[in-house]
Amino acid sequence: MIQGRVVYVLWRREMIKYFRARSRIAGAIGMPAFMLIFQGMGFRRVEFPGLPESIGYFQYLVPGIIGMTLLFTAAYAGMSVIMDKQFGFLKEVMVTPASRVSIVLGMISGSATTSLIQALIIMMMSVLLGFRLPVLPAILSSVVIMVLISMIFINIGLILSSVLKDFHGFSTVINFIAFPLFLLSGALFPVSNLPAPIKILSYFDPLTYGVDALRGVLIGHCEFSIVLDMFILLTLSVLMVCTSSYFFRRAESI
Amino acid sequence: MSAIIVKELTKKFGEFTAVDSVSFSVEPGELFGLLGPNGAGKTTIINMLTTLLLPTAGDAEIAGYDLRRDPHEIRNNIGIIFQDPSLDIGLTGRENLEFHAMMYNIGSDERKKRIREVLDVVGLADKADILVENYSGGMKRRLEIARGLIHYPKVLFLDEPTLGLDAQTRRSIWDHIRNLNRNYGTSVILTTHYMEEADSLCDRIAIIDHGKIIALDTPAGLKNRLRGDCVSLTIEGRVELIAAALGEKEWVREIVPNGKTLDVILSDYGKNIPSIFQTAGNLGIGISSINFSKPSLEDVFLRLTGSIIREQEGSRQSARRDRMRRRMLR
Repeated sequence: MIQGRVVYVLWRREMIKYFRARSRIAGAIGMPAFMLIFQGMGFRRVEFPGLPESIGYFQYLVPGIIGMTLLFTAAYAGMSVIMDKQFGFLKEVMVTPASRVSIVLGMISGSATTSLIQALIIMMMSVLLGFRLPVLPAILSSVVIMVLISMIFINIGLILSSVLKDFHGFSTVINFIAFPLFLLSGALFPVSNLPAPIKILSYFDPLTYGVDALRGVLIGHCEFSIVLDMFILLTLSVLMVCTSSYFFRRAESI
Repeated sequence: MSAIIVKELTKKFGEFTAVDSVSFSVEPGELFGLLGPNGAGKTTIINMLTTLLLPTAGDAEIAGYDLRRDPHEIRNNIGIIFQDPSLDIGLTGRENLEFHAMMYNIGSDERKKRIREVLDVVGLADKADILVENYSGGMKRRLEIARGLIHYPKVLFLDEPTLGLDAQTRRSIWDHIRNLNRNYGTSVILTTHYMEEADSLCDRIAIIDHGKIIALDTPAGLKNRLRGDCVSLTIEGRVELIAAALGEKEWVREIVPNGKTLDVILSDYGKNIPSIFQTAGNLGIGISSINFSKPSLEDVFLRLTGSIIREQEGSRQSARRDRMRRRMLR
């Protein structure tokens, strides 16, 4: 049973806290911004085999950095659950009449919104650095893809947070998971250039399809097909929401 | 209808029995206390009654709803103030209250009205728009009490409401609890390991040790289980004469002569001290000084458990219990 008002209250709380913590916004934007500037500018003249000449490296990199922003902000969403657990606030949420599914959906929607805001800020920065935006419908479809990407990684964070108890454990594990996912995804270079064994690994990385779909709509170039990318992203996000609701219910109502 | 009916409630964590077949009931509008040392099982009882923890065995009914069948309705009808802090310190006091009220589906206008009302009750109206991270310990506690009241719960659970607070704040929290009990008719069940707190606040007290209720009565009733009040007299004159005369009174339970002094154990010293003086006067015996003491809950507890209340840094056994308790709180 999904209670819209519960989802809204939890979303609203996340928004209030997000806009209050300006340092958090700056910190989360910092890394992708540096990547965009130094990686993007430094490798500007690099040419990859198999990449059309009309698409420069910077055009190619921007969707990858957007994917990276989504991956890291979303995966860290579990951190706020850990904080709520440690500060006891989670108990207060659990003792209200709100249904468990609504609580999970509220947390997801709040974190999805913050990840989306970060990703859009990075997109605007890249425009200032010379990124050529596509037409409006393409931008809007990229937003849909961004939401799906963040859903997948938010749920990974939520599942982890229901198993782990403290900050240190969480950030160690999440870095251990997020960095390989980022490097394997082809955010920085075409996956097809990787040696075969590693290339196979990249096919198990959800972000590979996310970044590919973003490239498809933003720069009109993708390695797989958009339809395949979208199918995988959609299936995975539904699956992940169900899994994290299950974990959450099991962990908290003891 | 009772506010709470608990029947043979039991909770085991593996081999360890935290709550052992506990039964009691709380009447509407009653202030009921669970008194016991740390690790006695008080918080586990509260966690079960507030639907956070499933009982291993036994039943309970809260505000008329069955614990196993209607946990959702129970959550709708109770308020709880946890032992550990449970506020969002990144929000203001008002935002914390708004969040809570919205979780309970209280409409916008009604919400504003109630927030104003509960802030007044706990005296935080002028601090409502400050971030909670800047609140003092006592203010946080008061905000939690306000939050527990905002949805007008029929039953309010308070788990160690004044733990770690200074004496002055503790007294003001007691006043708030008394007021809300009086003004809203809310049934209150509170746990504490402070004797004084249980004594001054509660209508009835259940003393819990090792997961079992070992006594349940009014504070006065519990104290009356001891021998009675003790009056020590210093006599000028013949001690045995007055001892014999007092021994005939029906309100005197025991007389212990000790040189020039006489310990008289009696019921209701407030009413009977004048007649001690009268008896002495009739015999022409002077009383040069008088001392009296009422038995405290501490004495009752000592008598019942054979030990003083365990503090956190107590025995190895209580440390083990604390560890168990922390584990199950996770």
